[in-house]
Amino acid sequence: MDNALYRRRRLVNSFNKTMSFLTVAFGLFWLVWILYTLLKLGLGGLSLDVFTQITPPPGSQGGLANAIYGSLLMTLFGTLIGTPVGILAGVYLAEFGNRGWLAPTTRFINDILLSAPSIVIGLFIYEVYVVSVGHFSGWAGSLALSLLVIPVVVRTTENMLRLVPNSLREAASALGAPQWKVIMSVTLRASKAGVITGILLAVARISGETAPLLFTALNNQFWNSNMNAPMANLPIVIFQFAMSPYEDWHTLAWAGSLLITFSVLTLNILARWFGSQQTSSH
Amino acid sequence: MTDSIKLQVKNLNFYYGAFHALKNINMNIPAGKVTAFIGPSGCGKSTLLRIFNRMFELYPNLRAEGELLLDGKNILGRDIDVNLLRAKVGMVFQKPTPFPMSIYDNIAFGIKLYERLPKSEMDDRIEWALKKAALWEEVKNKLKQSGHSLSGGQQQRLCIARAVANRPEVLLLDEPTSALDPISTAQIEELVHELKENYTIAIVTHNMQQAARVSDYTAYMYLGDLIEFGETDAIFTAPKQKATEDYITGKFG
Repeated sequence: MDNALYRRRRLVNSFNKTMSFLTVAFGLFWLVWILYTLLKLGLGGLSLDVFTQITPPPGSQGGLANAIYGSLLMTLFGTLIGTPVGILAGVYLAEFGNRGWLAPTTRFINDILLSAPSIVIGLFIYEVYVVSVGHFSGWAGSLALSLLVIPVVVRTTENMLRLVPNSLREAASALGAPQWKVIMSVTLRASKAGVITGILLAVARISGETAPLLFTALNNQFWNSNMNAPMANLPIVIFQFAMSPYEDWHTLAWAGSLLITFSVLTLNILARWFGSQQTSSH
Repeated sequence: MTDSIKLQVKNLNFYYGAFHALKNINMNIPAGKVTAFIGPSGCGKSTLLRIFNRMFELYPNLRAEGELLLDGKNILGRDIDVNLLRAKVGMVFQKPTPFPMSIYDNIAFGIKLYERLPKSEMDDRIEWALKKAALWEEVKNKLKQSGHSLSGGQQQRLCIARAVANRPEVLLLDEPTSALDPISTAQIEELVHELKENYTIAIVTHNMQQAARVSDYTAYMYLGDLIEFGETDAIFTAPKQKATEDYITGKFG
């Protein structure tokens, strides 16, 4: 045995181990710092008022209730519009997309949509919807968000369906099941956890988006449940309040940031959990 | 051959794109018997089996030419509803393929496609199918559990129960025991013996002893040709072709 060679290998090994540990620590350091700052500044602003009062004028008491409500509403409708489209398109790509030119083209365009800057999506909805109806609205915001949901859901649905072995499709077809039945009852069911993971990730993505709402939902100082009117939402309120010179607005902005970050964190944890259900069922 | 004919293969050719995989196959598969297909890997046994229920049509660029008569009717014809055909010609695959649902629903899935049964009749049918597949005693108390919770051998018997529950006329078994241990294999072979009373069975196997044990007729295939087809006893004791003898005795393959 060549001991020098062996020692060298051990040395290289410990060097690599140290380096990878350091890079992990480097990445985590910033993440922890961000979370720490958020908690320190956000927790102070967090009170019952945040959830019950609407956004205040500078210098007076208030909360974020209208912004939270608007965000929830637009995220909900964005998801409700985007998810069915995304799932159907994903099913098409995975189950019917083996022949012809339409599927590869769709896949390519979807990839572009997936990486398109969200501000472009906002501008697009502004041009085709806001301009033609003549005012900003919650619906415009939901539409913009749904365009961000679609590519994520398409991609994950297709990928998850492709993980389903062909033997399962054959087994269902061999019983005389028509293709739609095979897809609905067997392949979609087999990839259910993965598809749900994709939806949760899409929700996580849109719940913090600011750019697509800037020219679509705009903002609203008042309580509003009318989807046809400009609507308050957390990201834009944070943007507006954080840029202001007022101390109490800053505090609310931090509280809002904390809320968004932790709801996204929760969604990600849920998505992970569903993802692990997917792998354990195979 | 004096038995009545269930499936008649006439001048059947099959192509994977440009590749000629089955070359002018002619044979008669008798009703109520077990017909085994043997031969080295890639000889076309599974391909042939997958024409019997037109499973090959799930994939692009595959083409079958010739005639395949089921009870005298050409099932390769355009007027045949392929789903109805598959309900009549059941199939069990190499690897167990339980659906992601309960044991009960796994079997109910196929039944519900073509029959609307009241709950009690459905229960009876599922019990009957599980008994046919010799699985009832092992699962009768956990019908609501996932099909994935069963062992490999149990899963394969679940797949057989699923195929039987549809009450098909023909049962195609594509190497049904190749992923199983010897005990599960023996159980499934036993099952094949019992099932042939009601069904016409075609089984593809790599295991020659298995072919000898379970089948009444044996077909030896090589490179897309049907080399020899006849009663299993005759094939294994006095093959007419030298190639068949070489394969069976292990000189080749």
